[in-house]
Amino acid sequence: MNLLVCGVGGQGVLLFSDILARLAMAAGLDVKKSEVHGMAQRGGSVTSHIRWSKKVYSPLIEEGTADIIVAFEQLEALRYIHFLSTAGLLIYDPLRIDPLPVQIGLVEKMPDEVLQERIAARAALNRAIPAFAAACDLGNPRVQNTVMLGAISHFLEFPLSFYEQVINQLVKPQFVEINLKAFATGRALLKENLPAKK
Amino acid sequence: MNKQLLSGDEAVARGAWEAGCEVAAAYPGTPSTEILENLATYPDVYCEWSVNEKVALEVALGACLAGVRSLAAMKHVGLNVAADPLFSAAYIGVRAGLVIVTADDPGLHSSQNEQDNRFYGLFAKLPVLCPSDSQEAKDFVKIGFEISEEFDIPVLLRLTTRVAHSSSVVTLNERAPKPPQGYEKQLQKTTLLPAFARVRHIDLENRLDRLKAYSENTPLNRWELNNTDIGIICDGVAYQYAREVFPDASFLKLGMVYPFPEEMVRNFAERIKELIVVEEVDPFIELQIRALGLKPIGKDRLPRTGELNPRIVRESLLGSTTKVTPEPNIPNRPPALCPGCPHLGLFYSLQKQKVIIAGDIGCYTLGALPPHSAMDTCIDMGASITFAHGADKALSANDPRPRLAVIGDSTFFHSGITGLINTVYNQSNVITIITDNRTTGMTGHQNHPGTGKTLMDKETKVIDLEKLCRACGVENVIKVDPYRLQETKKTIRKVIAEKKPAVIISQRQCALLAGKQGRTKKVDPEKCIGCKSCLALGCPALSYANEKAVIIETSCSGCGMCVEICPKEAIG
Ligand code: SF4
Ligand code: SF4
Repeated sequence: MNLLVCGVGGQGVLLFSDILARLAMAAGLDVKKSEVHGMAQRGGSVTSHIRWSKKVYSPLIEEGTADIIVAFEQLEALRYIHFLSTAGLLIYDPLRIDPLPVQIGLVEKMPDEVLQERIAARAALNRAIPAFAAACDLGNPRVQNTVMLGAISHFLEFPLSFYEQVINQLVKPQFVEINLKAFATGRALLKENLPAKK
Repeated sequence: MNKQLLSGDEAVARGAWEAGCEVAAAYPGTPSTEILENLATYPDVYCEWSVNEKVALEVALGACLAGVRSLAAMKHVGLNVAADPLFSAAYIGVRAGLVIVTADDPGLHSSQNEQDNRFYGLFAKLPVLCPSDSQEAKDFVKIGFEISEEFDIPVLLRLTTRVAHSSSVVTLNERAPKPPQGYEKQLQKTTLLPAFARVRHIDLENRLDRLKAYSENTPLNRWELNNTDIGIICDGVAYQYAREVFPDASFLKLGMVYPFPEEMVRNFAERIKELIVVEEVDPFIELQIRALGLKPIGKDRLPRTGELNPRIVRESLLGSTTKVTPEPNIPNRPPALCPGCPHLGLFYSLQKQKVIIAGDIGCYTLGALPPHSAMDTCIDMGASITFAHGADKALSANDPRPRLAVIGDSTFFHSGITGLINTVYNQSNVITIITDNRTTGMTGHQNHPGTGKTLMDKETKVIDLEKLCRACGVENVIKVDPYRLQETKKTIRKVIAEKKPAVIISQRQCALLAGKQGRTKKVDPEKCIGCKSCLALGCPALSYANEKAVIIETSCSGCGMCVEICPKEAIG
């Protein structure tokens, strides 16, 4: 499995990929995970490559070979979409965070429709999951990543009990409950609209 | 047996602990920072942030000569700072083992260059080990200590960003403590007077010969003989990429790239039809193979810049099959200063002044980019003050623009202080601004001599920057609060007008440590005239939509800087 996660610094990409890597390890598989980010994440673009299988060599995914891309933001979805394999699945949060030069008017803003069209044109199999909005509804925007986790859990081979275990291990005790809720929310959000199995 | 998912840095820390390491010193620098941060969480290891890498290496050398296994860690450019003791350490050797970690940054994720520190092995005459994943990172630290003790020499462990910051499965072991050997005076070994050093050099060459023999036989360098049409020689993470792209080829995987195992390479090459070298950045292995008279494929096809990855290896060596191109024209997302960052206030106050500003290494280097464009140079740690000094001497009275230097607090302690003393001693007209945010912001908030805390979380004496600068001989030392924009601007103007050397300490805690500073601010759309004045602050919480300024509520730290800027009092 080649799974690429992308987003903006501070969105919890790293915790999300930690959880996935641990799930794979709990399932007894070889796993490698690699974060790619410049300058210690001062709001820059962040990606994490996670690969699991019987034996994994490269910690980086090759372009055009990701089975799943999880994007926490739309522009980032488009930025890394060339990593997706032709039969791959893109799950993205329709959240929009413009980079600073766009925000302050130094660079032109890409219209929403254009962005959407370009995403759809390159990822035949794609689903928008409003994870950030759902997390805000739950009262904590920081659980956006766990909502996403719930959504993609439909496509991964791990038993549900593993998720609970790993969340318990990695999340501070006072946040376990809200993360479990977020996970259930994510699962429900995607269930409504499951894409056809490949 | 216990297995865990560890990053390369975490694995190095674990390996050092398991090997009974007792003293470790470092200066933070991406991608090496997490080594000491993790090692400090294990009991029984003394860990410190030294003020710079030279100090760190000398501390570790001192500790190993005093009889305990020790480690020094730094990023690649940090080893330049420590190069002086590095070369001497090779002559002196060790008592208990000494491992020096250099974490190189191919691809320049967070550095000013992408030098290949394997060459330091060749240059300083030290063995170099290159792990290719976390398990090896852990194992190689331990083997490094053994080699160090057996051959009486410090060992260089070279990581790269992709090894340091990727995680893979590691088998854990227990700590095997070493009985300390105590200190013993060994004058001729440890005192590099010319007469003694000459003898030590001969000894070093002998040690290298023995290391060469070791390198020919060590399991660190191993064959994987498969189809012999293609044979690949590689090290570090390049091995992983090459294995991925050529699953059937034969491999010579080098874990020890210096001294170079010539015989092993010759024997391997004899069985191979086509010899390929896959390595990142410089042709370190390739040069040594060519010196044997062999002609491998290597940097004639593979890039000399940036990181490798499976695609680059595939396209360079097999020709591209299906080219995948990224989407064009997506706005970049460069890193930016945080909402409420005190540097924003300082850079805002520096905007549009006719000055020459020499910058330095840290978060504040980002002030070189728009909207601030408040910096002309960024060279290496500490080079701001010295650059400004040189420029002042060169321009003398012919260029009226004042010469400023901007340097962070941690960087000032690292190597700015010598530059400041130099400006006083050699009398230049430099205005030094110390952006004192009470931490090492860029690498994730490590303590330093100004914070009152050590790496091991002990209370310690705080070095007072103001007194320190005065003691260096600067009479004009002024403190400002960068959150007070008008005041800061006025002070800077005044100091510039005085045309005398000065230090301005711009002091405010890093916004990430300070957290929420007050009520989230809002823009009143009735009052906002869309003049964009506030956007010049460069705060990421401020944006612009439908001809009005907007504050993104979830990002705003409530610092209030923007309130001061708005001419219509629309922000509050
Ligand atoms: S980490 Fe601190 S110093 Fe760095 S940009 Fe953010 S607020 Fe500023
Ligand atoms: S108060 Fe203004 S300057 Fe401070 S963080 Fe909020 S928007 Fe940015």
